[in-house]
Amino acid sequence: MGIFKTVGISLAATGALLASGLVTASPAMAEECETITLGAAISLTGKYATNGVHAKNGYEYAFQKIKDNGGIMVAGKCYNFSAIYYDDESKGDRGATLAERLINQDNIQYMLGPYSSGLTKAIAPVTEQYKIPMVEAEGASRSLFNKGYKYLFAVLSTSEQYLASAITLAAEQAEKEGKDPKSVRVAIAVENDPFSLDIRAGVQEDAKKYGMQVILDEKLPRDLSDMSAILTKVKLLKPDVLIVSGHSKGAATAVRQIGEQGISVPMIAVTHCEAADVVGNFGDAANDILCSTQWAETLSYEDPIFGTAAEYEVGFKEAFPEYTDKTVPYQTAQASAAVYVFKDAFERAGTLDKEAVRDAISETDLATFYGQIRFSEAGNNIAKPMVLRQIQDGKYNVVAPSEFASHKLNWPRN
Amino acid sequence: MDQIIGNIGLLFEFPVVNLKIIIDGIMIGALFALSAYGLALVWGVMNVKNLAQGDFVIAGGYVAWSMANVGIHPFIGIPAAFVVMWGIGWLTYKLVIKRVIERDLFTSLLATFGLAIMFAQILNLMFGSDTQSIDLGYATLHLGPGGFIDVPISKLIGVVVALSLAFGVILFMKRSRMGQAIRATAQDARAARVLGIDTDKVYAFTFSLNSAICGAAGAIIVMAWVIQPFYGITYSVRAFVIVTAAGLGNLPGVIAAGLGIGALEQYGAHIFGIGYQQAIAVLLLLLVLFIRLLQQRRNRQVLQ
Repeated sequence: MGIFKTVGISLAATGALLASGLVTASPAMAEECETITLGAAISLTGKYATNGVHAKNGYEYAFQKIKDNGGIMVAGKCYNFSAIYYDDESKGDRGATLAERLINQDNIQYMLGPYSSGLTKAIAPVTEQYKIPMVEAEGASRSLFNKGYKYLFAVLSTSEQYLASAITLAAEQAEKEGKDPKSVRVAIAVENDPFSLDIRAGVQEDAKKYGMQVILDEKLPRDLSDMSAILTKVKLLKPDVLIVSGHSKGAATAVRQIGEQGISVPMIAVTHCEAADVVGNFGDAANDILCSTQWAETLSYEDPIFGTAAEYEVGFKEAFPEYTDKTVPYQTAQASAAVYVFKDAFERAGTLDKEAVRDAISETDLATFYGQIRFSEAGNNIAKPMVLRQIQDGKYNVVAPSEFASHKLNWPRN
Repeated sequence: MDQIIGNIGLLFEFPVVNLKIIIDGIMIGALFALSAYGLALVWGVMNVKNLAQGDFVIAGGYVAWSMANVGIHPFIGIPAAFVVMWGIGWLTYKLVIKRVIERDLFTSLLATFGLAIMFAQILNLMFGSDTQSIDLGYATLHLGPGGFIDVPISKLIGVVVALSLAFGVILFMKRSRMGQAIRATAQDARAARVLGIDTDKVYAFTFSLNSAICGAAGAIIVMAWVIQPFYGITYSVRAFVIVTAAGLGNLPGVIAAGLGIGALEQYGAHIFGIGYQQAIAVLLLLLVLFIRLLQQRRNRQVLQ
């Protein structure tokens, strides 16, 4: 026992040395590390393929980064991550089957999440049944976190927070103008689907908190291509805040017609601006629109593995040159953050036992380049705020939350 | 309920809103009419109810969009979509429609339904599921008191092109030899065949023409609105309502019904909320069918 302990300590000491900067000497050491294999069903084909690949790349980048920084030290032994991926073809039933296969045939003890709320919803019952801890990074629907799942953890903000921060921002702005936040009038136009209804619920809750008045509350149809009727009402009722959420089609239709109809609302907040490429498609019409995002590379978050958010962006582009001409999507960043949560939990648990790891994950309180991560009882991350970016001269600049913002809010919008 | 009353109140409080709603409705209605146009022909001439109608529209939109992406002016995209979709329509006829045309109603419905799903998926695989649109960068005209009525020039151009195309087709049907042959075949295919009309050729032509008109409609839609691989159904539903309301083969009626439905939908969207916009279209379809039924009962027609 005594001997083991000494070995443990000396290895730990080596690990600490490695972590503290002697990384260049690590290749020889790294090879001696053992492997912890994670499993993931992820959409490599089908309708979510683009984002599925973003997530997978985020996982892979984190594995590499953690390896470069000395691996994971569990009870004095050094480990590296690797993963088995299966393609779920963007289909829920396939995802669930693959999760079973990962657990039963490949003996996977720890899972990373798939892409999208729908897939996560399909896989979570399986991991729950086998008591396999899953840290997911791409399922934001709040319906994932009211089912009493004990083995599901999500690093991202849940969907009802997506545009709620716009209400806070509007309240701050009203106070700055010397007005009562109660006087702010809100118009909501969201699609009639679970994701957007979450957003609506979040906005309504926050509006209520400030005593704001919701003067327009409409649901957009699934195949929306014309919202002039709603915008006409907006023109008549003159709200102070306009909230639009309808995936990329909602963003595209809204921005296009807001421009055409010359709608001037002081604050307009939209989801999925990037996916709809509203700047590329509609240019000036997109100016001063607020867009929600989970993460942006200009945020002032940082951690010892990935560095700052900006360094993450640079490092990731070096590792994956195909992203050189784009901004790194937040889907990638949060995938990396999920892997980081596992590393942190393994090290704190000091064992590979999945129950102990699960308990360690639930006690996570980790500052990362992606934001603070701390889980609620239900498993969602309650420490990271949603970020709002404003399109200023064709660029996405972070304007909220104010303490991490890189730019000032342009208000009112014209 | 309060919201509905409030919305109706707005119509009276600001009368100019009515004008704006009607203008908005006519602009989108013109495109509905155009996408219903070919359906009236195909339905009337071949008795094929083409459920892939809207997907032809969207496919035409993607033709224009891909051309705009390589730097070709979107206006050239309209005739280009017309030509490309003509070809695709002809292929579809030869491969699928030709085989189901003599069969009963359900075979052709199933076949075109399958086509609709296939078209949407192919577009999804080719172009991805993101919403696309071409911004012409034209200004918006602001008319009426306080510039309340806004007419984007791109939409105006779209409407003008749509209507001139529609009148062009009417002239073609009236004046040209092929138009005559199409009308003859529609009246009685067997008699037409006896009199030396190659009905297979007429069918192929009619179906290709339908597809081409849809393509042009799509090319206009991508300039003034937005498209997405799965938006076809929006135009299919409207096309069916319009053709049912106007009657088969009644092209001027299709234009009128299209514009009317556009305006009524906008009213519905204003009063009941935009989520019910498409419900209004379907409700109108029911209403039209009901009235037709009553009319037929009065006429004591024999079912064929």
